[in-house]
Amino acid sequence: MRRYSAFAIAREALRHHTGWERAWKSAAPKSRYDVVIVGAGGHGLATAYWLGRNHGITNVAVIEKGWLGGGNTGRNTTIIRSNYLQDPSAALYEKSRSLYETMSQDLNYNVMFSPRGVLMLAQTEHEKRGYLRTAHANALQGITTRFIGPAEVKKICPIMNIDGPRYPVLGGLWQERAGTARHDAVAWGYARACSDMGMDIVEQCEVTGVTRDGARVTGLSTTRGDIACDKLGIVVAGHSGRLAEMAGFRLPVESVPLQALVSEPIKPCMDIVVMANTVHGYMSQSDKGEMVIGGGTDGYNAYTQRGSFQHIEETVRALVETFPMISRLKMLRQWGGIVDMTGDRSPILSRTPVENCFINCGWGTGGFKATPGSGWAFAELMATGASPLTAAFGMERFREGRFIDESVAAGVAH
Amino acid sequence: MPHRLSRPGRRIDPARALHFTFDGAPHRGFAGDTLASALLGAGRILMGRSFKYHRPRGPVTAGQDEPNALVGLGQGGRFEPNQRATATPLFEGLTAISQNRWPSLEHDVGSVNARLSRFLPAGFYYKTFLWPASFWKKVYEPVIRASAGLGRPPEGPDADRYEHLHTHCDLAIVGGGIAGLAAALEAGRAGRRVLLMEQDTIWGGRTVTDGAIDGTTIDGLDPAAWVARAVDDLSAMDSVTLRSGLMGAGVYDHGYLTAHERVADDRPGADAPRHRLWKIRAGHIVTATGGLERPLAFAGNDLPGVMLASAVRDYVCDYAVTPGRRVVIVTTNDDAYRTALALLDAGVEVPAVIDARSQVTGALPTRVRDRGVEIVTGSGLRAEGTGRVERVLVCDVTGDGTPTRRIACDAVAMSGGWSPVPHLWSHCGGKLTWNDERGFFAPDPDRPPVGADGTGMVSAIGTAAGHMDAAACLGQADTPVTQPVERLPRPTWIMPERAGPALRSKMFLDYQNDVKVSDIQLAAQEGFVSVEHAKRYTTLGMATDQGKLSNINGLAVLSDAVGRPIPDVGTTTFRPPYVPISMGSIAGEARGEIFQPLRRTPLHDWHEANGATWEPVGHWRRPYCYTRDGEDIRAAVSREIRNVRENVGLLDASTLGKIVVKGPDAGRFMDLLYTNMMSTLAVGRCRYGLMCSENGFLMDDGVVARLSEDTFLCHTTTGGADRIHAHMEEWLQTEWWDLKVHTANVTEQWAQIAVVGPRARDVLDRLGGMDLSRDAMPFMTWSDGTLADLPVRVFRISFSGELSYEVAVPANLGRALWDRLLEAGADMGVMPYGTEALHVLRAEKGFIMIGDETDGTVIPQDLGLHWAISKKKDDFIGKRGQQRSHMTDPDRWKLVGLETLDGGVLPDGAYAALDDRNANGQRKTEGRVTSTYYSPTLKRGIAMGLILNGPDRMGETVTFPGTDGKVHTARIVDPVFYDKQGARQDV
Repeated sequence: MRRYSAFAIAREALRHHTGWERAWKSAAPKSRYDVVIVGAGGHGLATAYWLGRNHGITNVAVIEKGWLGGGNTGRNTTIIRSNYLQDPSAALYEKSRSLYETMSQDLNYNVMFSPRGVLMLAQTEHEKRGYLRTAHANALQGITTRFIGPAEVKKICPIMNIDGPRYPVLGGLWQERAGTARHDAVAWGYARACSDMGMDIVEQCEVTGVTRDGARVTGLSTTRGDIACDKLGIVVAGHSGRLAEMAGFRLPVESVPLQALVSEPIKPCMDIVVMANTVHGYMSQSDKGEMVIGGGTDGYNAYTQRGSFQHIEETVRALVETFPMISRLKMLRQWGGIVDMTGDRSPILSRTPVENCFINCGWGTGGFKATPGSGWAFAELMATGASPLTAAFGMERFREGRFIDESVAAGVAH
Repeated sequence: MPHRLSRPGRRIDPARALHFTFDGAPHRGFAGDTLASALLGAGRILMGRSFKYHRPRGPVTAGQDEPNALVGLGQGGRFEPNQRATATPLFEGLTAISQNRWPSLEHDVGSVNARLSRFLPAGFYYKTFLWPASFWKKVYEPVIRASAGLGRPPEGPDADRYEHLHTHCDLAIVGGGIAGLAAALEAGRAGRRVLLMEQDTIWGGRTVTDGAIDGTTIDGLDPAAWVARAVDDLSAMDSVTLRSGLMGAGVYDHGYLTAHERVADDRPGADAPRHRLWKIRAGHIVTATGGLERPLAFAGNDLPGVMLASAVRDYVCDYAVTPGRRVVIVTTNDDAYRTALALLDAGVEVPAVIDARSQVTGALPTRVRDRGVEIVTGSGLRAEGTGRVERVLVCDVTGDGTPTRRIACDAVAMSGGWSPVPHLWSHCGGKLTWNDERGFFAPDPDRPPVGADGTGMVSAIGTAAGHMDAAACLGQADTPVTQPVERLPRPTWIMPERAGPALRSKMFLDYQNDVKVSDIQLAAQEGFVSVEHAKRYTTLGMATDQGKLSNINGLAVLSDAVGRPIPDVGTTTFRPPYVPISMGSIAGEARGEIFQPLRRTPLHDWHEANGATWEPVGHWRRPYCYTRDGEDIRAAVSREIRNVRENVGLLDASTLGKIVVKGPDAGRFMDLLYTNMMSTLAVGRCRYGLMCSENGFLMDDGVVARLSEDTFLCHTTTGGADRIHAHMEEWLQTEWWDLKVHTANVTEQWAQIAVVGPRARDVLDRLGGMDLSRDAMPFMTWSDGTLADLPVRVFRISFSGELSYEVAVPANLGRALWDRLLEAGADMGVMPYGTEALHVLRAEKGFIMIGDETDGTVIPQDLGLHWAISKKKDDFIGKRGQQRSHMTDPDRWKLVGLETLDGGVLPDGAYAALDDRNANGQRKTEGRVTSTYYSPTLKRGIAMGLILNGPDRMGETVTFPGTDGKVHTARIVDPVFYDKQGARQDV
């Protein structure tokens, strides 16, 4: 792999950039791999990357129905934080956040991780108490967060209206080392690194069946031929239920549209990420200058990557109330993705009833932030059979009632 | 140079001069001008700077699709960035400023990026800014952010208002060109309810201007006359609604259409909403949205003075301005010859038409040739100049760009052919088909977006459907049309086609984002071969015009680079809105006080007038406490608590949910809904009940009263009322539809006042009308009657441990009852108390509070509420959930009281921590604080908490690290801190 650097750009500039090679090789599937990952989104690619880096497993294929990173990896609002309440979540998301800090250098690909800080607003007494609780939990979990008052909120985010009239800001839970990253670059950077390790990234390859020998998985049929594998990892977000059905088990997952939108770009006016759960909306400003906005999920299950206008309306209304100046910005574009929701809104990283078949899904509305940690943990689970980070996220927890419920503190948005 | 022509313009009124400023300089235009036409008329072509390289730019269009001429408009609370000068109607006093430049539009420091552009190709930022790591946040990102962005942010609260309008129709037609008008006439004559909308302020679309140039007639009339007649005819039809200035913005599932109306943009300060968002339910949607002209990708095509050919003739014919005195035309089709004719008619010099086609024989080119203009066939060009176009170098279109001649000029009109506008067709999944002959994507009528009935819900007509002449646009309307016949275009994606890297790096595809042909080719070379990858890697089509000008050219270049046909490469997804719409219009009227309208109890105004500190609870506000002169909040809360314990307090309990469950099967339903046995509750009695989720977790609680054999009144928490009512209905409608039960949420029908404290009965007795003695009305009963001549329902229940009555009256009598109680109890120390006193009073008694002791993960068994879970019932919601192994695990966090050793107050939300750590390095915990208060009654801190096996560990101590570094130690005690025997409430 030719390394990227300012020097490399200067060198290429002199020859009209004719020397750049493909970021990742275009591969046709081989007939057999040690591990096949289905789904070349961020989580699938991160899993492959850490299988290679941490466990020396490089005879790996990542197969993708469409184009790499085209699902929720390329549709989310890029928020990265780890101020979760429950211990298992906090461990996983903090691992992930810390991996983001070194990701650009690890991958030699600038994913533009921007630790600009995430603020979760408290606008009711109840919400405030929830965040006080989270701050206590985070302190014991080794995560740096603190509850700040309205004056400090106004100082770090001057465009916010903290005086209501409807819901005055009572303070917020502030995680200074949280932030955002460039979502597409995460997928591209991992793909490039995986390809460099000799892994095959096979796009335009749809799985049509899972083959088994008794209770054990042996491979896949795809639109580009049959592929045998020793271990199979399913990392397909909204379509997890369909893949599980092919493998012969059921998942407690529902698929729901989640929408987001951006404004036209403007000069910098907001340096942090703000999540306002009482009014249901969150916003940050991309490096390009667009205000990136998200809200709650649609009220019905669907596989369409669009949603109803009512949710856009509610989200924008909430944010106009919180940031009055955006009233005079224009909505440039709205879009939707399909999020896979579990009963407790926490993910599943698990063995399955099918031997050697593993599943990583259920990230709901909050998967992007977990990308590197999810890959790290899932790779460990697949390679060694267990990981302390995934231990609580097995799918048997729904049968046992051992839920990991974050909605306790987080309200709507992850 | 651009200038005003001494000829009439269709849209302007030269008799009405309007004054405006641009970057502080005063200018003059005419009524009917856009800001761009007025600036051109004032001799100005430079109107903006590009996003990435800060290149100088002039307008390239005359409409909403403009990528370059973006300005900041207005002042103060009416300032708005990124307004298209080409679509901004001029008005008296307009103030505009240029954007993305410093210190001035003419001299922009950021234009250094253009000189470095060779070092800043597509995606360069993914490859650099990597070292040192800490520099990204502190150095690189701030510099990139400051350089990016376009206009400056709005300044503060919006001075304008907005509104929504809901409507429905049989047929919504988007686009008021001749196709849309003809379709509306046909549907209107058939009596259908039609809504016809046009984003422009005038009707007729392109045909009016173009038809006047080429002599088109429709039904024997010139197009303007035909359009005027059509509009007259439609206006006379009752079932037809016509709206100009209304843009179809987005199509959503089930025939839902949004449209954006600019009501008062040109009248700042007018007593009108600035924008109106239309929300339309249409039986069927017709898109007659016309076409967009494509630019040509030649080197120097972004110089100010290079414009779309259609825009040039719009400026000449409609606004009587020209972008230059010598205008070269470069085209791949016959349509651009209309621009030549319009310029010639206006007396502007056209030195040559450069046509990519080797044979040019159409009627329009012939007319141009007959007027002495040279047509250079089989050719392309590049443009050159400093700060604006000064010359073109002509070359063989199939060659490498070697110049064959040089033509001086000060403007270039370009046409790469036309594409239908497919956006609204595509928003909900309508598919497109590639027309290879003409080089465009058009709606595929066989694959429309489908509605609820599975049939197509959108149709495309006219140019939007791929029809490129007037006769075809009018379809089978049988209208005679005369119009010059056009020959086929020659789809040409870059010019010249074998240009080397030096030229390709000057051919702009996406003007605003500075995406060049070389960038797309670099993306393809690096493996970004999916159209979505190429878009995201290069930012093609991500500018404010959302690719309206750039997408087709860009994907054609990509197609060539990857060696796959254009239809295989496909398009990116079309997303709403068609043109960006204001956030204000999306939010509508609901802002400020009426953002989530406040719910007010009948006593709200009294609270407001008597010192209430408010707390939002659900959509209500409840008094947190009532402060008196010289009191702080803590003192007020303590006073209120002491008064309840010693005298008597009044609480406005009107917000508590009240849901009536009625019907022959009401008892059965109640037994399924609650964990308790409710069907055995006697009429006249009350029972405290628990409701759980399907997973067994406690979700709400409250007192149930049996009003009659078939009627129950369920009290819920304030925040839970709507949710619980919906929960009941969901079960009734989806699972137990066979039960004969109705539910009604009557929360707002009643005012409810809790009269609480040792003197409560004395106060009520003084009102007179009911026997409220212990014998007549024991604890946990209710009774209808009259108090102070008011019809009341009295519940003898207590959430404080004191003697307590909750008195309900019809809502309109709430204030009267409140006043009588204050009056009657004046000499007994009656005073109101707020939610905080309520919370402390209940905590002193160890009563749980939903949302404090529960958080969606707690089952009633954790709270010692086994007594409220019926063992006799076969089923209730949550029963099976509570049988799961983790729920029946004896080692769970359970409710206890907590007392600090030093009498202080435990921090809210603190966890009981152990010294060792788990496998992930986190401190292990054994419980947490759920409620913590200072008790003025006990004069010490009290708390409730969930502690591992807490009830078995009475007297043990646990430690709670605070976030401030202090560690608090507390003893596990019984959660009932006060009056353990319950003697005070049962008197």
